[in-house]
Amino acid sequence: MSDPTLADAINRSQHHGLIARITSQQIFWVFMAAVFACLALTILTDSFATERNLFNVTRNFAFVGIIALGMTAVIASGGIDLSVGSTLVISAMTVSVIMSAGMPFWVGCLAALSVSMLVGAINGVLIAYAKMPPFVVTLGMLSIARSLAMVLSDNKMIYEFGPDHDFLLWLGGGATFGLPHPLIILIILAVITAFAFRQLRWGQHLFAIGGNENAAVLTGIPVARIKVSVYMFSGLMAGIAGVLEVGWLGGVTTNLGQAMELTVIAAAVIGGANLAGGGGTAFGAVIGALLIEVIRNSLILLGISTFWQGTFVGAFIVIAVAFDRFRQEKT
Amino acid sequence: MNVLELKNISKSYGAIQALRDVSLAIEPGEVVGLMGDNGAGKSTLVKVIAGNFAPSSGDIFISDQRTVFHKPLDAQKAGVEVVYQDLAICNNMTAASNVFLGREPTRKIGPIKIVDYAFMRKRSAELFARLKSETRPRDLVHRMSGGQRQAVAIARTLLSDAKIVLMDEPTAAISVRQVAEVLNLIRQLSDHGIAVVLISHRMPDVFEVAHKVVVLRRGELVADKKASDSSPEEITGLITGAIETA
Repeated sequence: MSDPTLADAINRSQHHGLIARITSQQIFWVFMAAVFACLALTILTDSFATERNLFNVTRNFAFVGIIALGMTAVIASGGIDLSVGSTLVISAMTVSVIMSAGMPFWVGCLAALSVSMLVGAINGVLIAYAKMPPFVVTLGMLSIARSLAMVLSDNKMIYEFGPDHDFLLWLGGGATFGLPHPLIILIILAVITAFAFRQLRWGQHLFAIGGNENAAVLTGIPVARIKVSVYMFSGLMAGIAGVLEVGWLGGVTTNLGQAMELTVIAAAVIGGANLAGGGGTAFGAVIGALLIEVIRNSLILLGISTFWQGTFVGAFIVIAVAFDRFRQEKT
Repeated sequence: MNVLELKNISKSYGAIQALRDVSLAIEPGEVVGLMGDNGAGKSTLVKVIAGNFAPSSGDIFISDQRTVFHKPLDAQKAGVEVVYQDLAICNNMTAASNVFLGREPTRKIGPIKIVDYAFMRKRSAELFARLKSETRPRDLVHRMSGGQRQAVAIARTLLSDAKIVLMDEPTAAISVRQVAEVLNLIRQLSDHGIAVVLISHRMPDVFEVAHKVVVLRRGELVADKKASDSSPEEITGLITGAIETA
């Protein structure tokens, strides 16, 4: 660059140092809280830092984390998706019914993911084109998708998955290099999502829609199309989690994923997704999900009644958002 | 040559006549203060020029070519840009991202097209420098002053070779210091040969930058004169109707 002042303008930013920039992020403090909780548990209990327990923790949070990636996209675009728990069960049922009928895994998986994306597409079209409120549309879908899963399975438990039975159980319940498969898939999906948010026009546009939908319309962003794609992305993430969860549990009933949407929304919000739209990161979604699981796990290990779980998770949602609120008022 | 010429533009909504036989010519680089009381037809006129409404009768000429706008995009392609009152910017994004909103440049990495942030920052820094604004490309709009936000919205119009920029009340809700900043931006546009139509209620702002003042009253154009040949008192009289025409 020839002009030094221009180069200066391009490179300067509001924050002077890397540390100042990092510590101004809500996600940094949430991450520190999770690290602190893990350290405290390692010292206070002798059961936390065991291989068995860490394996369980990482696997448990992976399902919520995967769906929270999709939820973060929806929330960042200014919407909400209450149907993810039901999308998860309809995906799980689809793959189970097809595989138990003797079809190979890939057919069942493809069908399950297609159904999940169709659920998202229906949500998206009703929200973007019919201009209905996301809360109402996805609330309706929450009920419809779970009911269809019951119809599909006749509300019976399925635990025989045909010729690829062992593969499905390995995929959801197994591990490679000591890492549970759902965790590996979560990491891959988180990297892809972070890339899409930051580097693709899709990401720029969805954050613009969440920030100021009117401005997005005026500047010619295809708002309706982007919204549909965001809900399809959320559906796909719930679908992937559904297939993996069947493999982990080794059986599926229609109450799978009940009230899961609330945990997922909590994870996204703790991770910095802004319910008013325009904010959120893939990394945050993962950390938010991790923190919730660590809280849950620590209460069990410390011998505190599980009745307290809701109080702790709820308090964390409020604290995380309050922290963000105060930080914004300071600047 | 006129960058924009309106000939006998009328617009009616049913029985209500919002604009009656409005004729107006604007030269390149000219700053026109468009004034009038609420309901005088200012916003209708702006929306006709910006392609939001088609006029009931009359013709629009852009660079002496007769033009018909069916939608705002047609006007934008012809070189008519609008800076909206709320600026149409996203607080959660950087200045550079806002300048390029909806037309982000991309570069290819294999089969994937990724957003070219380096180009966006460089180009928007150049535009801000041209506007003599201290706005920095990496800054979030969220933390900017009203004047800097205006610079972001105006830089967007420079991106697309605008011939004429319509600004709706840009100085309505900002501080005195920021008003000076915005008026400077308008002068910069004018110096680059871009015509500006400034819709404003604030008499001192209009007289500070406008070459010409146009007054609408009940849908009719009652004055079209050089700012130097007029005075705030005369314009006030024209707006209220105390003075018939000038």
